[in-house]
Amino acid sequence: MSSQPKLVLENVSMTFQTDGQPFTALAPVDLQIPANKFISLIGPSGCGKSTIFNIVAGLQPPTTGRVLIDGEDATGLIGRVGYMLQKDLLLPWRTVLDNVALGMEIRGVKMKDARERAMPLLAKYGLGGFEHRYPSSLSGGMRQRAALLRTLLVDQDVVLLDEPFGALDAQTKGRMQEWLLQLFNDFGRTVVFVTHDVEEAIFLSDEIYVMASRPGRLVEKLPIDLPRPRDRSVVSSPRFVAMKKYCLDLLHMDKPASEAA
Amino acid sequence: MIEPRARPVRRLPVRRDWPSSLIALVQVGLLVGLVLAWELGARFGVIDPFFWSMPSAIFQTGVIFFTQGDAFTDIAFTFRSTLLGFFIGTTMGSLLGMSFWWSRNYARIMQPYIICLESLPKLALAPLIILVFGMGLSSKVAIATALTLVVSTLTSYAGVQAVDKDQERLFYSLGASRWQVFTKLVMPACIPWIISILRVNIGLALTGAIVGEFVSSQHGLGRTILYAGQTYEIPLVWVAVFVLSALSMVMYVSVAYLEKFLRKGIVH
Ligand SMILES: Nc1ncnc2c1ncn2[C@@H]1O[C@H](COP(=O)(O)OP(=O)(O)O)[C@@H](O)[C@H]1O
Ligand SMILES: [Mg+2]
Repeated sequence: MSSQPKLVLENVSMTFQTDGQPFTALAPVDLQIPANKFISLIGPSGCGKSTIFNIVAGLQPPTTGRVLIDGEDATGLIGRVGYMLQKDLLLPWRTVLDNVALGMEIRGVKMKDARERAMPLLAKYGLGGFEHRYPSSLSGGMRQRAALLRTLLVDQDVVLLDEPFGALDAQTKGRMQEWLLQLFNDFGRTVVFVTHDVEEAIFLSDEIYVMASRPGRLVEKLPIDLPRPRDRSVVSSPRFVAMKKYCLDLLHMDKPASEAA
Repeated sequence: MIEPRARPVRRLPVRRDWPSSLIALVQVGLLVGLVLAWELGARFGVIDPFFWSMPSAIFQTGVIFFTQGDAFTDIAFTFRSTLLGFFIGTTMGSLLGMSFWWSRNYARIMQPYIICLESLPKLALAPLIILVFGMGLSSKVAIATALTLVVSTLTSYAGVQAVDKDQERLFYSLGASRWQVFTKLVMPACIPWIISILRVNIGLALTGAIVGEFVSSQHGLGRTILYAGQTYEIPLVWVAVFVLSALSMVMYVSVAYLEKFLRKGIVH
């Protein structure tokens, strides 16, 4: 059954009650994500990207619908996916090493074993020499690396990344994207990635879902058939530029007339 | 036409820091001057020596208090009740405050009682506490505990409420249990809040202990002050007050040091 999708969203919708008024943050969404692919969700802010992640991670019960992982109902179950929230959320009183080991520790791995497992990975993925430092002394890029390693080390097949590079400067962001592709290659997980940066989404992904807001919904699925491994120079290729323009047009269509002017 | 007035040309004010030795010299000089003025004022009748006493008499009484009197028993008594009240109040209060994390309903039910306890002038209960706990050490510890407990509860509860909701969500996304969230997130996050009240609490505990001794006691610096005042032994009042200040400073400095040590070790 290798063709079974890794992650499925069936008719998932979310309606919040704000001041007694129902507010549809997410209209019913159907989504099938194949194993070992890199999928991006792009869309304007407020279109429900984080809401989808919260539902998949079991932190938020959906109003309707089910979440399936490997064909099993995982709606409302926590700890079934690796989830990197929009902030790095490193614990200031733990060293980088102990922050990265947190996920394993919570799953009941002995602290000593968790550290032993994390240590070589820190060195390999650009945090060598920072193992025993505290997060406050790290740069933004380093903090994101630590948060991402923590997410990957919980050993779940599905990894959700919510705008991990949103707050980084362009140069650091570029380096982090390449670093992430290396990780994706080495760890072989199913990644769902949220961003509002179209170029980033195309550069990283196998497939992109474009979303729209009011109500939040999926509007289009775009396969990205650029060969891997990808080099930075791909961004100026005609295929890339054409896809980028197409995505941007889709995103702009969503804006109400007053904003688009 | 009004001529614009020439703007005064200014330089950045220069800070002139005196050397520490000069500062210390002035500090000692002030103290010596004050003591001297007190002594001379009392001797020449500018201030009434009966009420104010004078430094030389105070010094003599101090020597007697330490060589023949109960100085060490009193210091030990006040010191012990203060420390015990400080530890019991801070620990119990912190645990109580953090326990509110477990249930919002429980926190809401308890809230009016806590506010009531906070606004209650706890020292007014001192005579009652003495009746219940007796004249010995335990009643002083109880008053010191009562003063520190409520502050600790409120502060650690504020710490609980300040725990980052997203950090909590991160823990749950990793599959954490409530107990794991409590021990690995809530408790460490509250520690800086608890550390921040240690210095306030040591002062409160000392106040509680002294008031307990005022109401009824057989030992302690507070009892000595009250007893000396009632028998018009003004020099002894001063001696006890000075010893008490010294004790208070020693405890304050120790707690400040403890705080620095804890901050370095736990909080980053
Ligand atoms: N707990 C909540 N209660 C009410 N409204 C919410 C809640 N969480 C999110 N929303 C609303 O749902 C919409 C989608 O939010 P979100 O998923 O965070 O958007 P995105 O991540 O795409 O920027 C927003 O309009 C937001 O205000
Ligand atoms: Mg978001």
